[in-house]
Amino acid sequence: MSAFEAAAGYDRQSWDRRPVAVHAAGGLGSKRIIVAYGFWIFLLSDIIMFSAFFATYAVLVGATAGGPSGRELFNLNNVAIETACLLLSSFTCGIASIGARMQRGIWFYGAMAATGILGAAFLFIEVHEFVGMVARDAGPTRSAFLSAFFTLVGCHGLHVTAGLLWLLTMMAQVFAKGYRADILRRVLCFGLFWHTLDIIWVAIFTVVYLMGVWQ
Amino acid sequence: MLGKLSWAAIPFNQPIPLAAAAVVGLVIVGVLAWITLKGWLPYLWQEWITSVDHKRIGIMYMLLALVMLLRGFTDAIMMRSQQALAFHSDGYLPPEHYDQIFSAHGTLMIFFVAMPFVIGLMNLVMPLQLGIRDVAFPTLNSVSFWLTATGALLVNVSLVVGEFARTGWLPFPPLSEIAYSPGVGVDYYLWSLQISGVGTVLTGVNFVTTVLKIHAPGMTYLRMPVFCWTTLAANLLIVAAFPILTATLAMLLLDRYLGFHFFTNEAGGNMMMFMNLIWAWGHPEVYILILPAFGVFSEVISTFSGKSLFGYRSMVMATMAICLLSFTVWLHHFFTMGAGADVNAVFGITSAIIAVPTGVKIFNWLFTMYGGRLVYSQSLLWSIGFMVTFVIGGMTGVLLAVPPADFVLHNSLFLVAHFHNVIIGGVLFGAFAGYTFWFPKAFGFRLHEGLGKAAFWCWIIGFYVAFMPLYVLGLMGMTRRMQHYDVPAWRPWLLIAACGAVIILAGIILQIVQLVVSIRRREELRDKTGDPWNGRSLEWATSSPPPAFNFAVLPHVEGRDAYWAIKQRARQTKPGAEPAYTDIEMPRNSATGFVCAFFATFLGFALIWHIWWMAIVAAVGAYATFVVFAWRDRTEYIIPAEEVARIDRANRSARGEALLPMGATP
Repeated sequence: MSAFEAAAGYDRQSWDRRPVAVHAAGGLGSKRIIVAYGFWIFLLSDIIMFSAFFATYAVLVGATAGGPSGRELFNLNNVAIETACLLLSSFTCGIASIGARMQRGIWFYGAMAATGILGAAFLFIEVHEFVGMVARDAGPTRSAFLSAFFTLVGCHGLHVTAGLLWLLTMMAQVFAKGYRADILRRVLCFGLFWHTLDIIWVAIFTVVYLMGVWQ
Repeated sequence: MLGKLSWAAIPFNQPIPLAAAAVVGLVIVGVLAWITLKGWLPYLWQEWITSVDHKRIGIMYMLLALVMLLRGFTDAIMMRSQQALAFHSDGYLPPEHYDQIFSAHGTLMIFFVAMPFVIGLMNLVMPLQLGIRDVAFPTLNSVSFWLTATGALLVNVSLVVGEFARTGWLPFPPLSEIAYSPGVGVDYYLWSLQISGVGTVLTGVNFVTTVLKIHAPGMTYLRMPVFCWTTLAANLLIVAAFPILTATLAMLLLDRYLGFHFFTNEAGGNMMMFMNLIWAWGHPEVYILILPAFGVFSEVISTFSGKSLFGYRSMVMATMAICLLSFTVWLHHFFTMGAGADVNAVFGITSAIIAVPTGVKIFNWLFTMYGGRLVYSQSLLWSIGFMVTFVIGGMTGVLLAVPPADFVLHNSLFLVAHFHNVIIGGVLFGAFAGYTFWFPKAFGFRLHEGLGKAAFWCWIIGFYVAFMPLYVLGLMGMTRRMQHYDVPAWRPWLLIAACGAVIILAGIILQIVQLVVSIRRREELRDKTGDPWNGRSLEWATSSPPPAFNFAVLPHVEGRDAYWAIKQRARQTKPGAEPAYTDIEMPRNSATGFVCAFFATFLGFALIWHIWWMAIVAAVGAYATFVVFAWRDRTEYIIPAEEVARIDRANRSARGEALLPMGATP
């Protein structure tokens, strides 16, 4: 319980059902709302960083410098499997959030493990694609288009990697500390993060792969 | 083992940086030895370095800014003296050194003076004005500060180990690409800003959440002081603009380290994309700096006019309008790119439009002063000096926003004069107004008025003498960043400008003297009531310096100028009964920020010098720090109600005595 909540007489049990009216009157938000709100703002800043990479990609997509274009490089079958993995992992991540809220270990650990496996499968396919492109002399140093491609998609891949690291940390935390209010807030933030990666992937799938193959 | 690092990195053949580094090194060692001998290390560690108190963090931000101001000003006076001497001669600074100096001057002044100063003021004041006990994420706040300090440290390390960028304060490619800048200078620049940029984004997230989500009871958005509104606007801009900087610098890093082709000359790279991206961050950045300064002036002018701020709602509207419009003008930084007349016209018009809300603010301040009982304190002097100076700078800005005029004036000293006119006259004067205004709140005693006023007059006269000649030189065709020149007509103006820099130096010396004198005479300058200026907002409702919990009982806000209203009520009725004190929970101190920055410093240094093993160790260390932080069980401590009562009673009695005689006057 934070200083502001203590002062306003809020207790720990009520953390999840705080009436919105308190904020409208300029009062004190509950810790759960403050943490989730702050994390949302952070995610927005992350999305803006991605938008800079998207804009760069859009500018450089034609700058192939005599090298291969997306049409020659992209394999939509692979990308479809990647997309399926990531979208499914968002679903299992949602189940994990519910499992944590209901404090049911089977659902939480099981769904988190499924999320992790699906995320790792996504990463494996992506790395496989990258390695194959580099082997075909289509690495990021070949042309400005490929620099932009590897940076945009690779940045998303790095986010997924960080997400997996976080996922394992969260499972360990729940295991070690139980379903404490502060741990549950972190599970909530992890869920927001993971779903955001999904949203960004949908944009990458459309702008990079679909538009790349059909241009 | 040590990557590119070798003894050749230390500039043994250049006496100036080596001597400067020796002096700085001696000062640091001396201060550390003094602190250790006096036995102050435990105090510093417990009360400051690991503190998550927003007031302490704010003070450390401002201290960092003031120290870096000295370094940045040293660069400035070297440039002015070089240009004063370098007529038909090489002066005393060789070109490669001169180029590093103007690059470091800009980088330091923007990122490590102006930014920490305004963030420090926001840290110190915003939670107090909102009537709350801390920001939304106190430990994150400490991480932000220490990462900023890491960036500043790395820039200063480049003075001795290796070199700094020679590209200007924004590393324009292709000059900043590895082909044309093979040294580590640009890498120092990039990693410093990437690391401190993380800290800045976290500050933005933290403060936006705080202003929007945590208030004292009754503090609705339209009852917030204007400084809180400008804090909100500036931090929204940080959240929206700094990720663009991160992405842009990351692309340049990939070009330099891994041979990518974002901004290179070959393989389809597009260097003008860098201009677009960097200024899509860079223009909002200037409003990140100036908006909090506008907030400071609003508070200072209203307080020392003894009036509520004129046109509060229009002030809020103007602030948020600037917040939005700042994203629509970036192309005016490179009208000469060749985007065509239509594009240039659009951006010229949007640039002129942004002057409108700024004009609204100027009139609001004037109307606040009109009919007020003005107290010409040093803070108000900085504010009036700002209004006069900033209007001139704003008008030359509107002039530069006209594309045909810009084609003639761009890259000339006219531009240099313009942005110094708005940044010194706006941001720095705002920082000093805030520094003198809130110093008693932070430390419990006022700054000496006479010395402060003397410093103000030196600064403002020095500013005009130093920078008005640069407007003339720009119109005469002198381009910026010249190491030497041979046009006789420029010489007198450059000599005058150098004199101006000396007058500013006198102002800075007076400020240092003011600080020393004020500390020595702190008993006679003591602020006993916590309300030295007859203030209007809630930061004056608590003692100076405030207790760790800021407010023993959260104030109930019923309108604008919340503390003014409380004082009015207290004069009409007898002082109320003692409030019911309760236990207060406060966040515990944490070394996370410091330890994280410790690893980040090594991470940055290792990446600059290609020492890969050290980079991996440092990255793992930083991650481990966060896991350890996440693992702790007790995050808060309790201040018992009796302790709260004991601390608060002293302030209540002092305040009550001060209010009584005032109650006699109508």
